[in-house]
Amino acid sequence: MAERERRHTSPTGGVFIARSKVLSDADVQRALTRLAHEIIERNHGLDGVVLMGLQTGGVWLARRLADLLHRIDPAAEVPVTTLDVAFYRDDIGLRPVLPEAVTDIPLDLTGRTVVLVDDVLFTGRTIRAALQALHDYGRPRAVQLAVMIDRGHRELPIRPDYVGKNLPTRRDEVVDVSEDGVVLGDLVPKGAGPKGPGSKGLVR
Amino acid sequence: MKHLLSIDDLGADGIEEVLRLTASFVEVSSRAIPKVPALRGKTVVSLFFEDSTRTRLSFETAARRLSADTMNFAVASSSVKKGESLRDTVETVEAMGIDALVVRHGSAGVPQQVASWIDASVINAGDGWHEHPTQALLDCYTIRTELDRPFDSLHVGIVGDVKHSRVARSDVLALTALGARVTLVAPGTLLPPSLEGWPVEVAHDLDEVLPKLDVAYLLRMQLERQEDGLVPSLREYSACYGLDIARARRLPEHALVMHPGPMNRGVEITADVAALPRTVITRQVANGVAVRMAVLFLLLGSGVVA
Repeated sequence: MAERERRHTSPTGGVFIARSKVLSDADVQRALTRLAHEIIERNHGLDGVVLMGLQTGGVWLARRLADLLHRIDPAAEVPVTTLDVAFYRDDIGLRPVLPEAVTDIPLDLTGRTVVLVDDVLFTGRTIRAALQALHDYGRPRAVQLAVMIDRGHRELPIRPDYVGKNLPTRRDEVVDVSEDGVVLGDLVPKGAGPKGPGSKGLVR
Repeated sequence: MKHLLSIDDLGADGIEEVLRLTASFVEVSSRAIPKVPALRGKTVVSLFFEDSTRTRLSFETAARRLSADTMNFAVASSSVKKGESLRDTVETVEAMGIDALVVRHGSAGVPQQVASWIDASVINAGDGWHEHPTQALLDCYTIRTELDRPFDSLHVGIVGDVKHSRVARSDVLALTALGARVTLVAPGTLLPPSLEGWPVEVAHDLDEVLPKLDVAYLLRMQLERQEDGLVPSLREYSACYGLDIARARRLPEHALVMHPGPMNRGVEITADVAALPRTVITRQVANGVAVRMAVLFLLLGSGVVA
């Protein structure tokens, strides 16, 4: 299944209905540019910085951030890695969990500063799983978190270091982040069944 | 999906899903710490009524890399020797609180029977002459990653003792489901009495078939069945169907040589062919762990109902 299609389809069957556009494509680009500058400022340059896009929604954002970082500091080489946290999730067995892509971390993370990149920060459980997964790839000097949207409803003590936009939401709403912008909407179940709980897995 | 008893349980889509998932577990297996917490707290038991090296070790390694607990049931030192029935044995093991049972048995259909008795997931690790589904899955994964060509453009020759081979049965089902063309190459005595319903071609002359193959899949000559007089002598079998270096040269440049193991060197394959770069037998074994991780995760962890 295509990435976008997969994110819009719930395991129980449901359709994403867009309600309002929160950020335009230009807004997303501006927010990313700001995040890139913040990453350089916070780390006093880009020495040892590695971007890690979380599959699947964080990957294109990580690649865009790397392009922007390169434009700001052409001398710096910032590797982009990708991580799929499926095998580290704490809801295995509670709902369908399958990896969407193969993790790609071809370098030792020990001593590096890893910037996790994801599109939407919600309960924080994906990030918890990512922190546990990182542990199996080495011991980074520091781990930071960059997200395009922080939608609240945290269930764990996790906060982002870099935020594109804080977006207050209802739990059952769905946030879709793409290169075309950020859209708030609802997941409408197919048929007349009760509304399923908003799942981070679909929304990312 | 609850059990994996036959390749037919999966269908083409299910096979594709396993192969896709296997790539993730190959990545896990390549790491300095090749272990993920996905199946923490699950217990996987191997119940092998027949000898095995690679399959049993492969399943146990797979379960441990998923952080599941493993128990190994050694039939030779168990109450089976006191005459405990299969059903009582299985129900006793299940009462310990297990999540999956990996079953190998000399009789076809035992895993199906076991699955009907218990709630845990049952994985068929080889039943008689019937099926060995995880072997077929790891063969498909190996062919896909080594050749990187679509299955519907591939021609696979399965050579040797098809009659007694559960590997051949599962491989025929899996490869044809994915669209590959399969030719069985064997003397008439080593073919099943009926091939009705099998979407395969049959040939008796290996030398003629070899240049047309993308994969030469050699089956183990089951030496323990030699008394049956199905071939005049092992030497004659090797002369007609054994893959030696001269025959291997007849294969196209890119073609693979595969074998499910254990090899009878000098019978179905010579030692120098086993050492060729195109011979991917050890890669089959390595991929076997990742494929079994994928199967265990699909059955016990993913929550995906197929």
